Amino acid sequence: MSFDMSTTYMGMRLANPIVPSASPLTGKLDTLRQLQDAGAAAVVLPSLFEEQVEHEAMAVHHSLEFGAEASAEASGGYFPEMDDYNTGPRRYLEHLEAAKAALDIPVVASLNGTSRGGWTLYARLCEEAGADAVELNVYLIAADPHVPGARIEQQYVDLVDAVRQSVRVPLAVKVGPYFSSMAHMAGRLAAAGADGLVLFNRFYQPDVDLETLDVRPDLELSSSTELRLPLRWIAMLSGRVGASLAATTGVHTHEDVVKLILAGADVAMMASALLLRGPAHLGKVLEQLRAWFVAREYSSVEQAKGSLSRRHAPDPAAYERANYMRTLVAYSSPR
Amino acid sequence: MSGQFVTVDGNEAAAYVAHRLSEVCAIYPITPASPMGELADAWSQLGRPNVWGTVPEVIEMQSEGGAAGAVHGSVQAGALTSTFTASQGLLLMIPNMYKIAGELTPAVIHVAARTVATHALSIFGDHSDVMAARQTGWAMLASSSVQEAQDMAAIAHAATLRTRVPFVHFFDGFRTSHEAAKIARLGDDDLVAMIDADAVREHRRRSLHPNRPVLRGTAQNPDVFFQAREAATPFHEAVPGATQDAMDALAARTGRVYHLFDYEGAPDPDRVVVLMGSGFGAVREAVAARVAAGDKVGVVVVRLYRPFDTVAFAAALPPTVRTVAVLDRTKEPGAVGEPLYQDVLAALAEQGRGDVRVIGGRYGLSSKEFDPAMVMAVLDEARQPNPRRHFTVGIVDDVSGSSLAVDPDGWAEPDDVVRAVFYGLGADGTVGANKNSVKIIGEHTDLWAQGYFVYDSKKSGSWTVSHLRFGPRPIHSTYLVRQANFVGCHQFGFLFDRPLLDIAAPEATVLLNSPHGPDDVWGELPVEVQRQVVDKRLRLWVVDGDRVAREAGLGGRINTVLQTCFFALAGVLPRDEAIAAIKASIERTYGKRGPAVLERNFAAVDAALAALAPVTVPDAPSGELRVRPAVPAGAPDFVARVTARIAAGEGDLLPVSALPVDGTFPTGTARWEKRSIASEIPIWDPAICIDCARCALVCPHAAIRMKVFEPEALAGAPAGFPAKDWSDRHEPGRLMTIQVAPDDCTGCGVCVSICPAKSKEVAAHRAIDMLPKGDHLAAERERFEFFLDIPEADRAAVRADTVKGSQMLEPLFEFSGACAGCGETPYLKLLTQLFGDRIVVANATGCSSIYGGNLPTTPWATNRDGRGPAWSNSLFEDNAEFGLGMRLALDRQNAAARRLVAELRSDLGEPLTNGLLDAEQSDEAGLAAQRERVAELRDRLDGLDSPLAADLDALADTLVRTGVWIVGGDGWAYDIGFGGLDHVLASGRDVNVLVLDTEVYSNTGGQASKATPRAAVAKFAAAGKATGKKDLGMLAMAYGDVYVAQIAMGANMTQTVKAFTEAEAHPGPSLLIAYSPCIAHGMDMTDQMGHQKLAAETGYWPLYRYRPTAEEDGHPFHLDGRPPSKPFAALAGVESRFAMLARANPDRAAKLAAQAQADIDERWRLYSQMVDVERSAQVMDDAEATP
Repeated sequence: MSFDMSTTYMGMRLANPIVPSASPLTGKLDTLRQLQDAGAAAVVLPSLFEEQVEHEAMAVHHSLEFGAEASAEASGGYFPEMDDYNTGPRRYLEHLEAAKAALDIPVVASLNGTSRGGWTLYARLCEEAGADAVELNVYLIAADPHVPGARIEQQYVDLVDAVRQSVRVPLAVKVGPYFSSMAHMAGRLAAAGADGLVLFNRFYQPDVDLETLDVRPDLELSSSTELRLPLRWIAMLSGRVGASLAATTGVHTHEDVVKLILAGADVAMMASALLLRGPAHLGKVLEQLRAWFVAREYSSVEQAKGSLSRRHAPDPAAYERANYMRTLVAYSSPR
Repeated sequence: MSGQFVTVDGNEAAAYVAHRLSEVCAIYPITPASPMGELADAWSQLGRPNVWGTVPEVIEMQSEGGAAGAVHGSVQAGALTSTFTASQGLLLMIPNMYKIAGELTPAVIHVAARTVATHALSIFGDHSDVMAARQTGWAMLASSSVQEAQDMAAIAHAATLRTRVPFVHFFDGFRTSHEAAKIARLGDDDLVAMIDADAVREHRRRSLHPNRPVLRGTAQNPDVFFQAREAATPFHEAVPGATQDAMDALAARTGRVYHLFDYEGAPDPDRVVVLMGSGFGAVREAVAARVAAGDKVGVVVVRLYRPFDTVAFAAALPPTVRTVAVLDRTKEPGAVGEPLYQDVLAALAEQGRGDVRVIGGRYGLSSKEFDPAMVMAVLDEARQPNPRRHFTVGIVDDVSGSSLAVDPDGWAEPDDVVRAVFYGLGADGTVGANKNSVKIIGEHTDLWAQGYFVYDSKKSGSWTVSHLRFGPRPIHSTYLVRQANFVGCHQFGFLFDRPLLDIAAPEATVLLNSPHGPDDVWGELPVEVQRQVVDKRLRLWVVDGDRVAREAGLGGRINTVLQTCFFALAGVLPRDEAIAAIKASIERTYGKRGPAVLERNFAAVDAALAALAPVTVPDAPSGELRVRPAVPAGAPDFVARVTARIAAGEGDLLPVSALPVDGTFPTGTARWEKRSIASEIPIWDPAICIDCARCALVCPHAAIRMKVFEPEALAGAPAGFPAKDWSDRHEPGRLMTIQVAPDDCTGCGVCVSICPAKSKEVAAHRAIDMLPKGDHLAAERERFEFFLDIPEADRAAVRADTVKGSQMLEPLFEFSGACAGCGETPYLKLLTQLFGDRIVVANATGCSSIYGGNLPTTPWATNRDGRGPAWSNSLFEDNAEFGLGMRLALDRQNAAARRLVAELRSDLGEPLTNGLLDAEQSDEAGLAAQRERVAELRDRLDGLDSPLAADLDALADTLVRTGVWIVGGDGWAYDIGFGGLDHVLASGRDVNVLVLDTEVYSNTGGQASKATPRAAVAKFAAAGKATGKKDLGMLAMAYGDVYVAQIAMGANMTQTVKAFTEAEAHPGPSLLIAYSPCIAHGMDMTDQMGHQKLAAETGYWPLYRYRPTAEEDGHPFHLDGRPPSKPFAALAGVESRFAMLARANPDRAAKLAAQAQADIDERWRLYSQMVDVERSAQVMDDAEATP
């Protein structure tokens, strides 16, 4: 029996629902090719960090200026002037162009900005460089006790609105789960122009070094146990928000992908599993994914998509608060 | 295209021509000529071709001697070749210069003329270097301005090809080499037109080639050498004519007319000044003023100095002249007169003008100011019936009485020239902004522009003074601005250090970068400054440039803000036009660095004007604030009388009698120069300190110290003086204190970054924290004064070979002017703590000789007994030999002293004689005992009236073991001094070599050396160094008897201390290679110790000690670190020298980084195998070494 693996994500017809998300693997052409060969339906390039672009430029500036003109013998500073320092987004855009030239699958550029000007400028540059879609990786830790949540939410909306007006290609927004009303926020983002929601990004988590008593920002690779959070929200939002849904974080096995599709995800994004096991792992997951559906006589991904979402689940409350109580009950009372 | 105006300095003007007209440039960095080589290298790196379409090959050599050799080979093999140098560099080229000239080979050396070191090194300009080369047979062409530096460069290249005689083209170091000026640029068509293509082809045809083999460079005998030498005479005789032809060719294309000698002045002068170089600018201004006043004076500027064309000279000198005053920018002790004087005298005699009276004067040595007022004095002297035959001008010579009296008010600059002076910090961008301003005005208006920049000799907290002129005519004022109509003070604190507003003309505009607003600033000014503002009716403006820059994201770079305010106030350009020009200039200067840099600077421009405000000046001064004295009360006589004036910027006013006759200065003077440059200083919290002493060990400035003492020592301590129990169980009951020297700290923060003790309640709080100095200064000053009086540790009782023990010892290297956070100075400080009271130091030229020995003060210090390191600097290239000479001298004197002690045995008695001769001096107790014996010996000798006793008294000090430490950087040890270093290491003698390895020529601004690692970006390695670092340690180990250690204080402090003590104890040669982070690495120096740790963890800098042993099965090599645990990328990612290339050229960076990692892996493999090597060595003891 033939099984149709294709899916639609932000209006893009993809051969299957597995998309490698931003990671070092999508930062190099050879691993990008390997991912395509393994069956990736699209790729998301590593994020262009506006903060980093600025930091690099200022670091070069500092190196060239530091110590310059402080001494008669070294009045020209301590570094040679170069033809080009490549500090701007050009390297990223060149990678994007090279990826577009090397791959047949859609290439999604990812942006991580700090200023509205930066977001819109870089989104437009990515579009001009050939990106099939742009993903905004909004990475904002709301730590200021004087700033109310409503203002933070408005910042998100304004940002999406501004970028939406500067590019035509599909626009995804990758956000964290920390909103008072995630469902409402998802709707606002979609209304502001997001074609897709990528749930959820993982913030760099600080760790404490017990030797030095220093705080170190760190990012651990994910595991399947982290799938639950996106799974819940994909299920909750499926069919209820006017945007495609992509799940990211904790997608390691074909079973993870199946669960997400059943919950309503249009695509499942992988990074940690591919970093751990290599690009070829994607092919295996695809194979097992197909086998799972075929064994159960599904005809297409679209058929299964959302079949276990909050709207369609036999027990929608399982996705909500009752779940918590039932778990407790299950552990505490004999059946 | 001819006539395009550009604003460049003299170095760029000359290098531009050299690069356009050369195929090979062999170079070596030396101030002030380095920028010529750097530019040539950079242009070739960018693929910029010469006028014939070939990209010149620019190669850095190991010394100027090497560069000259390469030039010689290149011209012999037929290439158009040039080089750039100065001072000692030119002297190192002299042997090859004789050869190149003797073989009639065209070549050009462009020289930024600089003082040759005599009683002292000086980086500044005079003609002592070119005069030392005037006998080599090279033609010598002098430029007197930036425009001429370009034009004469072209004439030199053209004439050398026409004549086959090589040319030295020289211009004054700094005054011309570093003056930014608007000039008309020669186009390629001009250059091509000036070069005789046939002469180029002839040069090719004469070159060495196997298709037309010849023998050149023979050895000749008495029979023919002389004749052969004379055979070249016609070629030299043809030089003046050919040079004039080249000058005429240039004039035909550009309208700029030059002659071998040019006269300017009255048509019928009775007195004429003759000189060459930049002084011409000052003289022609003075002459023009005098002529306008009816005086019959003139000036002849010498352009072609060698060959000296007597006919042309006589022709240039108007027949009415009665007196010629020849000015030489050099001193030739013992000669009849200085060189140009003698040439003029001889020329006039030969040309039948012997009736002209000739007097000769020296001026301008080491860039000493030479201005029109001084020229007036010369012209007046020449008018005397019996003028001094020989004189000096520009100084007060109260010893020999040579100097002319100068009326400082004898000259006023024209009113239509805008004269602006800016005082800034090296780090704040003031000079860069002013260079930009000169460029903006020079290239965007019809005005002529000039910029000249003066730096002090400190590397941290250094002052810069920018002198700018803008005017409607070409500016010939080759001297500092004397009366400014605009004064910018870019650091508010400067107002308390020096009388800055002395330079302000009446009603001048004064712009202060001030944290205080227009309504508050008056009360924050010292009374002396207020008085000048009132008396001169100065127009005072303020801007909080630091705030504006900070808010724009530019940190401490206030340049853009202050530049904008200058344009707004100076009115040189309409304000809108000026703003647009500044932004365009920012775009040009910073455009390549990224949009963020541009946007932040644009934001600063926009915000600057809003923050600029006028100050309403009261009618009279008020308040209590006063300008600070240069040194505190209580300073020794010499410091108060001489050092203080130099430090205050008044060195020019010191008379000859104030200076030592032989360059000998007292040590321990840095402690009197309370620069107080830090904004934050480390403050100690004894409650959480763990007594590790690391802060004191790593402090590059000896500004944080530890003492351990008995509780009684605290009697009379200031209130709140902190102390805690000393945690050593062997020394119960003692206390310890960590104390900052608040006025000597540079605020680098290295101490805090290394402190391992964190508060259990607030982890951000360590046992030392950087805190605002203003809150702590008064208390810490008092505490530091008290701390100094706490008794020093008993050296014999301290375990000096431990980190803690070493830090209980008094540092005799303190408060240097090195960069804040310097990676070199912690090693020098440690050296002096361990052995400072018994060493002599031979210091190679470089950073360490500058922060160690550049006036006004020195960090090398003495202890309470008056003992301390005796220090000297010879040259860059000979330091190892210099140190070895000291060793030989000490050993010979010791042998002589021992002989005399033995001969005087009966007078001295057996116990003292035997004690002196058999003294065990391997430890502090032994040394102390020998010092006591020597004191006793002196007492006994006092009572003996014999020549032997007098001789022994003069030698007695050498009976105490004295160590020789040979100190220098990698440029010396790996490159220019390597031959000598190798020889000294091979000598078997007891010398200790400390290489402060920054992996780059730090002092001259970051040029690659053979210590520069693969993949690092440096000047002369702009594309990343393609070859690996030389393994100096392995080369030294090859001898077998040399103690070698590679150390990095931040990676392993114990190993560092151990290596020093082992090196000192080793009876043969020792070599310590010390990893020294540098600002040229492009890193945050605060974390330099962390970088050292990372360097060891990545295997980039393996730590080892090679301890020669006589044991047959000894294992001399000890690897002191663990195998690399991190990749090279971990280090490369955090230092700009590597990271910059990863951005600029990622493919090449990746390739070089992979090779660099392979270097590391391979080196570690080799060293790992070395651990198992069994090797014995014969280490000579003193007796064997000195038969």
